[in-house]
Amino acid sequence: MNWPLEALLSFLAAGAFGVMFNAPQRTLISCGLVGMSGWLIYRIFFLAFDDPVQASFAGAFAVSFVAHLLAKKFRMPMIIFSVAGIIPLVPGSKAYNAMRNIVENNYLEAIAFASEAMMISGAVAMGLVFAEVLMQLFFKRQAKRIQKKMGLTQD
Amino acid sequence: MTQIGETRRELALDCFLLAGRIMMESGAETYRVEDTMIRMAVSQNMVNSHCFVTPSGIMFSPSEELATRFVRINNRSTDLERVALINSVSRRLVAGEFTLQQAYDEMLIIDQTNYRFNMWLQILAAALASGCFFILLGGTWHDLPFAFVFGGTGFIIVETILLETRVKIFAEFIGAFVIGILASITVYTGFSTDLDTLIIGSIMPLVPGLLITNAVRDLMAGHFMSGLSKGAEAFLTAFAIGAGIAVVLSF
Repeated sequence: MNWPLEALLSFLAAGAFGVMFNAPQRTLISCGLVGMSGWLIYRIFFLAFDDPVQASFAGAFAVSFVAHLLAKKFRMPMIIFSVAGIIPLVPGSKAYNAMRNIVENNYLEAIAFASEAMMISGAVAMGLVFAEVLMQLFFKRQAKRIQKKMGLTQD
Repeated sequence: MTQIGETRRELALDCFLLAGRIMMESGAETYRVEDTMIRMAVSQNMVNSHCFVTPSGIMFSPSEELATRFVRINNRSTDLERVALINSVSRRLVAGEFTLQQAYDEMLIIDQTNYRFNMWLQILAAALASGCFFILLGGTWHDLPFAFVFGGTGFIIVETILLETRVKIFAEFIGAFVIGILASITVYTGFSTDLDTLIIGSIMPLVPGLLITNAVRDLMAGHFMSGLSKGAEAFLTAFAIGAGIAVVLSF
């Protein structure tokens, strides 16, 4: 595993997605940093536990955590930073494989790929939500309001 | 609820719905749109207001006795700069730095200005992203130029067809189809050996990663309508890409 190279590539990839999603110009480098941290955490967990679902959860958690800090710093919506950073983690290749197998009539393999893609996207979303909730608990003053906003508490 | 004048109330409603529409068209999360609209309403003393946001339309009801307004959302893309700009306008309105009229004028300007990066820069970015993903997913340096070129080509084709026809599935199908053909040709002529990684790297700019994640996230936040319709959109996109590739591979 070549860490500096992977870091550079994921930085460039996330920055490039920032350009494609038209993120504000002065946030592009931050977008790249978010993507880089997410990918590195993902890879570390993947190599340590060999489970893409756990690794995606950890990566998404890192992305959301860093994106939150940057959103506070720039006073912009968090989505600007998290979107580009989350792209390397979403199971694009799994979804592609599932679709390809369906079109080729390999339904059993398609189901396996599709359910794996579902698990991973669920883990990514869980990672995002967990980090968001923890950050809000950390900033206790706002915690109640945000939880209500996200529909995580009923009242 | 303090009483506010008729014209001012209409202006306020126009303002909230415009903000919601621009944010939704630019790819903001559903709960953020609702939150922004309600905050702006509260700052204008409309405390009993409700809004209901879906990816295809926004309803806003100022209070029980007043008429509900509705706005339709037709085309959605991802334009984060607009989300940031609307967000800062709404922040300044809530903080009292902007009057309602100023905020509305500012939003009209945001609605009409094109903030997109230069097309060439976007194509270059798509090509760069494809190349980076190709290596990250385990491709070899020898094949990198192919992934770079095919990723850019696919992006150009999708954007061109979208400009001409506005039919998203068709554009994505053709884009994936061309990428599949190009990748197959390079593999069959012996320039490259790894068909799967080449294709996956090249279609990365087209894959609906954002939609899948947003859909699950909206579902978990309790916005079932938005979650399901975004999920359907993601499914259609994935289907178009998968079909485009499969048509090539089945030959």
